Amino acid sequence: MEVGLMQRQWVDYTKSLFLEDFLDSQFIELQKLQDEGNPDFIVEVVSLFFEDSERLLNDLTAAFDQPDVDFQKVDGHVHQLKGSSSSIGAQRVKNVCIAMRSFCEEQNIDGCLRCLQQLKQETCLVKNKLENLFRMEQQIMAAGGSIPSTELIF
Amino acid sequence: MDLSHMKGSIPTPTPTPTPTLISARKATDMGSDQFPAGLRVLVVDDDPTCLRILEKMLQNCCYAVTKCNRAEIALSMLRENKNGFDIVLSDVHMPDMDGFKLLEQVGLEMDLPVIMMSADDGKNVVMKGVIHGACDYLIKPVRIEALRNIWQHVVRKRKTEWKDLEQSGSVDEGDREQNLSEGANYSSSAYEGSWNSSKRRRDAEEEPEERDDTSTLKKPRVVWSVELHQQFVAAVNQLGIDKAVPKKILELMNVPGLTRENVASHLQKYRLYLRRLSGVSPHQSNLNNSFINPQDPPFGSMGSFNGIDLQTLSVTGQLSPQSLAALQATGLRRPTAKSSISMALVDQNNIFSFENPKLRFVEDQTQHLNNSKPVNLFHEIPTKIEPKQLGNIQHSSVQPQGNINMQLNIKSEHSGTQLMHLSQQQTLGHSPASHLPRIPSTLRKPIISGSVTRGNGTTDNSHRPGYNLVSPTSVMVNYPMSQTTELSNNYSLQSNSSVSTLNCKGVFQEEISSDLKVSGGLMSSYDVFSDLPLQKSHDWDSQNVNTLAFGTFHHGNFMQDSFDISPSTLIHHGFPSSQMNGQNQNSSVVGKTMFSFSDLTQPENPQNIAQNSLLDPVEVKSQKIPDANYQTDLLSDDFGQDELLGVFLKQQQQGDDGSVDFSGYQTENICV
Repeated sequence: MEVGLMQRQWVDYTKSLFLEDFLDSQFIELQKLQDEGNPDFIVEVVSLFFEDSERLLNDLTAAFDQPDVDFQKVDGHVHQLKGSSSSIGAQRVKNVCIAMRSFCEEQNIDGCLRCLQQLKQETCLVKNKLENLFRMEQQIMAAGGSIPSTELIF
Repeated sequence: MDLSHMKGSIPTPTPTPTPTLISARKATDMGSDQFPAGLRVLVVDDDPTCLRILEKMLQNCCYAVTKCNRAEIALSMLRENKNGFDIVLSDVHMPDMDGFKLLEQVGLEMDLPVIMMSADDGKNVVMKGVIHGACDYLIKPVRIEALRNIWQHVVRKRKTEWKDLEQSGSVDEGDREQNLSEGANYSSSAYEGSWNSSKRRRDAEEEPEERDDTSTLKKPRVVWSVELHQQFVAAVNQLGIDKAVPKKILELMNVPGLTRENVASHLQKYRLYLRRLSGVSPHQSNLNNSFINPQDPPFGSMGSFNGIDLQTLSVTGQLSPQSLAALQATGLRRPTAKSSISMALVDQNNIFSFENPKLRFVEDQTQHLNNSKPVNLFHEIPTKIEPKQLGNIQHSSVQPQGNINMQLNIKSEHSGTQLMHLSQQQTLGHSPASHLPRIPSTLRKPIISGSVTRGNGTTDNSHRPGYNLVSPTSVMVNYPMSQTTELSNNYSLQSNSSVSTLNCKGVFQEEISSDLKVSGGLMSSYDVFSDLPLQKSHDWDSQNVNTLAFGTFHHGNFMQDSFDISPSTLIHHGFPSSQMNGQNQNSSVVGKTMFSFSDLTQPENPQNIAQNSLLDPVEVKSQKIPDANYQTDLLSDDFGQDELLGVFLKQQQQGDDGSVDFSGYQTENICV
């Protein structure tokens, strides 16, 4: 596939991610941080996020498996997930976190469990999306092309 | 797609300097034009994603970044290398330590600017940050633009300190000498000697160091001695906290060599302190004299306070040598958590501020806060309490020693918090260095007894003055030793979050017997104190000493005499009660152990005591003494000031079961 086509595909794909709220402007901020000195910064940070979120989701699942749910602890985990997801710009994940926190306040176990399920889904989704995006980028680079600037897309 | 990420990041040393960084750093060392490039930032966050992103952003700003994912590690890094960092960025929610505690610790020990961050943008949390002394609060996700300007906080802080240091150098010298001359009553000349010498040494060391460095990045230190601070507080009170402007304060103080800038920065800190004591919403019912001005930010991290209140106190003869020693011993030792909270840290509201609600004595920063405890505030008791002040202030601090004691005791009424001094004690005990022992031993004693009563939660201990040690947040009470009369008056117990309770372990009484009868029991706590002068010392953790018993000041007095606590003395201090979270009533002690009888938020207390008749027997509203859970609560290091305040306020509101008659205090009731 020629580079131009790949680049166009990349642009379309990126646009869709933003339009569907998988990513928000914070992701663009991160992209700005990446430079020649740190060419893999985004990949690195995103990897960190997914590892951490997996751990948090496991902790959350475990917390709800307890006979007595410790809502404070749950809230703490959700708060952290909210912080990290918002830092990388994973908007949908962040939104579910916000919803889950209010269920926590109300100590609504059902609501929380539904949110937890949603969190797992959203995290998985955005992970796949980003993996696709990175793969496309690698292909473009391998073909000698360059990645267009995200900012210019919008 | 996975790249090796930084797992559980251990703090990395300054990143491999890129050419920019290297040169920037050099520039920093020389303190010159490349600033703010090379600014040495320590960023603490348990979230690895955020931590990495922040690190990258800060690097892009050309700062020298060190990242750390645990607060304890960050603290030890800061301690090992006191001048190794210029500014700290910390997350609020961390598993091993509350971000606010770290904030206070850093402010106290190292006096570095700290910026808080959180995904939480709720007003309360932000307010908490401000109250604890954060110089800024960033909402996550943090953008790089927000980070570019953090250097302003560094410059601001240094500029103020530098000026203060320059100006106050001579003043301190004079103060010190004054102190010495009054130190006749010190029991242990060694103590005195060491204190003085250590203070001198410290000052001497600090000043030349600071002076040599002309770079704005160096941080000069102001030394606000006990006397100086007392004068300051007296001036502030005279003017009225709302009208206290640096210029006027300076004029009133009439201290040669002191500049308006020195006063201004000190005033700012004082306000912070006051605010912290009283919580966010100042319920200013105090009559003109609320010493504790809720609005003012608490004097939290007053690193510069070296006041040795104890010393002052003992000098004035208020404290007997042994009590002084006892206090010191106990004070210095930081009480271990929880268990030591025997003192019901009384509501924060109980601030003994007889005259100047908040004299804070901040001991050597290194001294306390080992535990990352909240700031220790020592309240100094203004030594000169003018009679007219009495009128104003509900607490009549000036009164004779007897008053002082009373006052303290009265405070106990409020949920027994009074023990602010406990925290002080802690500091006392602690340091060899000396500056700590400020708290007169007598002071400490009362605190010790606090523990005794803890757990009683009996609301009606008539006999217990209820010195509760302020909640963990360590109330610091500084008693200016030099002022004999005043000692008692200005105890403002300030409880620093989390520390106070610990410190006071023995001393605080939690009960604020609702019917504090002055005669009977106000001083009950004192009784205890006298009896156990040294008992509780072990409970004191120097680090936690944040609050020193106010009451203990007059330990000697209490025990034996009947106090006549003028209404004004006792109470006063209107702490806004609204703010307190429910935390524990005990904890409230910590916050403000001011007795503000009069204004406290208790609307229904007619007696607000303090209202005006300083000289008449005061009816102290008795507060219910929280029950035993004080103890546990107090001890918890998690006490935040807010909580304490909340508790305190709550207590106040609930309180009022009786009125305390302060016609005479008897200390016998102190249960130890």
